[in-house]
Amino acid sequence: MSRDASQPVTGVAGVPSRRHGHRAVAAVLAGPALVLIVLFLIGPLACVALLSLTDYQLGAATLNYVGGKNYAEMFSDRVFQKSLTNTLLYVAITVPGSVLLGLGAALLIEADRGLRTFYRAIYFLPVMATLIAMSIVWEFMLHPQFGIVNQLVKALGLSRIDWLQNQSVVLFTLCGIGIWQSLGFNMVLFMAGLTSIPKDLYEAAAVDGANSAIDRFRLVTWPMLGPVTLFVVVITAIRSFQVFDTVQVLTKGGPNKASEVLLYTMYSEGFEFFRSGYASAVTVVFLVFVLALSALKVFVLDKRVHYA
Amino acid sequence: MSGAATGPLTGSGARLRRGAVSLQSISKSFGAQNVLKQISLDIASGEFLTILGPSGCGKSTLLRIIAGLETQDWGTVSIDGQVVDHLRPAARIIAMVFQSYALYPHLSVLDNISMPLRLSRLNMLQRLPGARYLHPGTRRAEGEIKEAARAVAGILRIEELLARKPRQLSGGQKQRVALGRAMVREPRVFLMDEPLSNLDAELRVHMRAEIAQLHRRLATTFIYVTHDQAEAMTMSDRIVVMMEGTALQVAPPKEIYENPNDLSVARFVGSPAINVLPGTIESDGSIDVLGARLRLRTTLPAGARVDIAARPHVLSATAHTDAPTVTGRVVHVENLGADIFVHVGVEGAPAPVVMRHDPALALTPSLGDQLTMVLPPARVLVFDDRGRRVSASSDASVEQHAHV
Repeated sequence: MSRDASQPVTGVAGVPSRRHGHRAVAAVLAGPALVLIVLFLIGPLACVALLSLTDYQLGAATLNYVGGKNYAEMFSDRVFQKSLTNTLLYVAITVPGSVLLGLGAALLIEADRGLRTFYRAIYFLPVMATLIAMSIVWEFMLHPQFGIVNQLVKALGLSRIDWLQNQSVVLFTLCGIGIWQSLGFNMVLFMAGLTSIPKDLYEAAAVDGANSAIDRFRLVTWPMLGPVTLFVVVITAIRSFQVFDTVQVLTKGGPNKASEVLLYTMYSEGFEFFRSGYASAVTVVFLVFVLALSALKVFVLDKRVHYA
Repeated sequence: MSGAATGPLTGSGARLRRGAVSLQSISKSFGAQNVLKQISLDIASGEFLTILGPSGCGKSTLLRIIAGLETQDWGTVSIDGQVVDHLRPAARIIAMVFQSYALYPHLSVLDNISMPLRLSRLNMLQRLPGARYLHPGTRRAEGEIKEAARAVAGILRIEELLARKPRQLSGGQKQRVALGRAMVREPRVFLMDEPLSNLDAELRVHMRAEIAQLHRRLATTFIYVTHDQAEAMTMSDRIVVMMEGTALQVAPPKEIYENPNDLSVARFVGSPAINVLPGTIESDGSIDVLGARLRLRTTLPAGARVDIAARPHVLSATAHTDAPTVTGRVVHVENLGADIFVHVGVEGAPAPVVMRHDPALALTPSLGDQLTMVLPPARVLVFDDRGRRVSASSDASVEQHAHV
């Protein structure tokens, strides 16, 4: 549409007003989307950014400009530091875990077409289920005395682990649940990617002498899955940054802030202590990470993995 | 694999004669559908054999069975006297050029061409990235592989493209890279599955000549699958015409064109298509074709229905009345410059009869003209009601009898 408008207008009529007509149509057609984006995305983001420079408290009648005070406080705050480290660690474990396991599941399911839909449904179930509800189920399963997980651990002759109350274990427990939850989604994306690889390439590889599964994977599957993998990694990373439900239901950031994560900090500062200005500053930090990931995908990685 | 010294540049004379392929009663079915029915074929070393047929006739399946990408239900494939049925594609030392080219999109042209050599000469550890920095042997082997790939690129005149990725290449260039990847490991047999069908018409004609030249230069066996009769006619030493899973005729192009053994072959080869007219064997043994009497002797009994086929160029317009003729009205004239094809609607004929007219002749028939065409008995082909070729000879006694 905007392309049409930029093309030179020629022809019998040759009226220059046609170009204006195109512009008007373009504006009218793009308008609603633009208004909505400003209203619901850019506007609120700008508000949050501005709010992070004030001492606004939820429900207060007044607010004062405080400059970078919130940020200064935040970066010197032990809780925030812990929260940021925990979040980064959570992302660093959950992303490779769920991407690699998702890829593995997809490869295994595609390798033998029997029961394909059955396995796909099984692995996809956690994605469909509400994570809050699933967290409660996990709470039962991880119960230190009666939970099935510890029963299994005991049956294997190992000593029971307090999955949610042990400071050095709790974050890894949450990572495990995070991987369990996002594996199915990644698997489905990888399966779609696998089916779109031209069969010819595998045949060419067979003729060229790629005899082992590893050779075929390295020569064809992995490079051809590049775009899907990139998408999956970025999406999983963004979703992992947003980890909240499991923390809220299972640990409330505890014990002793061992499972404190960015969104939980944001939530408790904003809606438990009503420090909206400070919570906004945390939000801005969170947004910077998410935006950086998206920018990395769009500007750097996309160019390396799209061949066609 | 022999060493790098025996590159494609060593020339054909020094090479051992190899690449003879023998197929014995190859059968294959997909579910209830018999795709290949008892195909037996001997392909000589260095021969350019084309498998020609309409889409769905099983020609690609046959090629894929030779390559080892598909397993036959019955029969054996041997190369140079050795049964290869149990061997993987790579172990058969063959190369295949795919219709889609099937280049590795993430690899440069050089890496694409090198890949068969990397896979056959380097082990898995040596192929890991960075192995060349740790192991001098790997570095040397990689150098030789690159040398061989460059030599092949030189033959195909794509040296300046070596650093590019496939997406930066045109169709013709991709085609050359695919050929290069096939050539580099000096296969015993080249298998080509409709390699030109993704190119535009002009480039197709050009690549036809290049592939034929390449075949002469390499003197290796080529097995080439196509549905395009022009490709088959121009490049091959021999053509196999396949229809519905059966090899109808195996013969040199000239023989296929002039002496088809089946009506389907006659119809499939030649452009414009051969004219087919219904005929009946008369009581005196001659053949009645829409009122024209052909004095030919066949082994068929009187009353048998036959099909008479005549290529457009054997027909000629005439006023001479002695010879057997068919008459009709001109319904369409195609002037191609070097040839004029006159379409004549003849009563009783299933389709307009197409006659080649030499533009050098003075009078070109025009639309609506009444036209009488000679059916020269010695040059028409006779097929029985099942489409099999029937030998027919001009018979003097029949002629005598008719003149009495």
